[in-house]
Amino acid sequence: MAGMTIAEKILARAAGQERVRPGEIVVCEVDVAVQLDMGFLGERPALRQVWDPSRVVVVADHLAPAADPASAEAHVRMRAFAEQFGLQHVYDVGRQGISHQLVAELGMALPGTVLANSDSHTCAAGAFNCVARGLGAPEMLYVLATGRTWYLCGPTTRFVLSGELPPRVLPRDVVHYIAGAYGDFAGQNLEYVGPTVAAMSMAGRQTIATMSAELSVEFALFEADATTDAYLRARTDAPYTPVFADPDAEYAAVHHVDVSALEPQVALPGRVPHNVAPVSAVAGTRIHQAFVGSCANGRLEDLAMAAEIVKGRKVHPNVRFLVTPSSQQQLKEAVRLGIVETLLEADAVVTNSTCGACFGGHMGVLGPNEVCLTASTRNFQGRMGHPSAQIYLGSPATVAASAIAGCIADPRDLL
Amino acid sequence: MALDTHLIGRVWKFGDDINTDLMYPSTVYGLPEAEQARQCFAANRPGWVDEVREGDVIVGGRNYGTGSSRPAARSLRQLGIRCLLAETINGLFLRNAVNFGLPALAVPGVAAAFDEGDLAEIDLAAGRVRNPRTGQELQGTPLPPMLREIIAAGGLVPLLRQRGYVE
Repeated sequence: MAGMTIAEKILARAAGQERVRPGEIVVCEVDVAVQLDMGFLGERPALRQVWDPSRVVVVADHLAPAADPASAEAHVRMRAFAEQFGLQHVYDVGRQGISHQLVAELGMALPGTVLANSDSHTCAAGAFNCVARGLGAPEMLYVLATGRTWYLCGPTTRFVLSGELPPRVLPRDVVHYIAGAYGDFAGQNLEYVGPTVAAMSMAGRQTIATMSAELSVEFALFEADATTDAYLRARTDAPYTPVFADPDAEYAAVHHVDVSALEPQVALPGRVPHNVAPVSAVAGTRIHQAFVGSCANGRLEDLAMAAEIVKGRKVHPNVRFLVTPSSQQQLKEAVRLGIVETLLEADAVVTNSTCGACFGGHMGVLGPNEVCLTASTRNFQGRMGHPSAQIYLGSPATVAASAIAGCIADPRDLL
Repeated sequence: MALDTHLIGRVWKFGDDINTDLMYPSTVYGLPEAEQARQCFAANRPGWVDEVREGDVIVGGRNYGTGSSRPAARSLRQLGIRCLLAETINGLFLRNAVNFGLPALAVPGVAAAFDEGDLAEIDLAAGRVRNPRTGQELQGTPLPPMLREIIAAGGLVPLLRQRGYVE
């Protein structure tokens, strides 16, 4: 009998089964459940019970701070919910962060575990060898009540990444390249392994895991290695057991990608799969707004890259460059290191941590016919504001270089 | 409530990568649910909401429902769509479809097998679909009994209410 992939193994353990095969539906115990402020917008059924308050994290991220009366009411209901069930892990405005970044910083996304959250970018936790995916709001009611949810096990495709990333070519460019070349993986899990991954920071792995949502993956999984351990041990004493694929695991496909000759990659407006071009193909496209932030690229490493590029330069007068760190912690570190000062000196705007411009709710909504180059997650028509606005996706380096140039620009030209 | 596992409906065709934001634009958050549904496909197929009828079926291409966790499937159900068929379906969308009481089947070959306006005969338990105009039959991925039970209850929240988990 063939061995199991990472996802199959973690699902099997969580379902209390010896093995799980693609095509099976399993019911799993959940280790951590995340409840977002968004879940309290509008009507919400009243839960009668929460299975284990110690495993629930409540986060104000999409609407932080409240930008309108509806959001403010949602936050009031969120706080009342936390109080009603005695929930201790509450990350309200002031302690906030985008949920996917927060669970990482808190050491709550652990190798070999199952994490539940309504949001579509929940697969971000896969960077930590954690089985996690977006479940939608109704499912979260079921998870909170019972501590369980079902998963349909899909086949796994493995990407083996080798080669050293060239200067100013980032993990974001790698996942863009994969999306452009291979398209979507609806119903499948992805595994990312290989020497490039081994040399990659947690932030880079988080970027790839997060953006894998745009390929419609079920789970986007990395192995836990010394880098993972160093990150987690600095943040938690919780024990965990990394899960590796069996040597004889069965994959739908195994793809080898050499990143050593990669150019910065830009996703064109509308979607990401099969819709990516090298930056040289779109350089010169005039932009009105540049954004670095979101669960994909709002970490210190991303802010530092943006600062490195704009240092001593000024944002083009026709461009708004918005920088939104993905958590209070990232913002505090950026302030300490002088990164925020550098960005402000360049005429960038640095906001509080929140999802912000990424989903067009507040903090940088696009106007009619505007063009945005963003390091956030998604470029669907209308996502960030007016339906006629065009959204291109790029790495933090490409975004920063373009903010200076006033048009889409190659960050390698500013080396 | 038993799920009617045999459906027949008029087909509306959509292409690949139909995303959640087309079905549920950000601007409808906070509106009453019936009004939310009125904005379904306003960006790419304006006026469709006035033509769709109770019992109709959507046939999509690859990667149907890609995108956000927003309740797009609820809007489709509100408009009377009784089943979604597509080449492949984004997993989060599939879960939301089930949870909002909308049956959804991934059926390879379905996009080529139906023209808009055709009827689609659907056997949810077996995961089979048939085009009575051409006689072509296709095999898709049937929904497991656990998920059919949720759909039969009218969605997850009615089921949670039945079981006493929510008020």
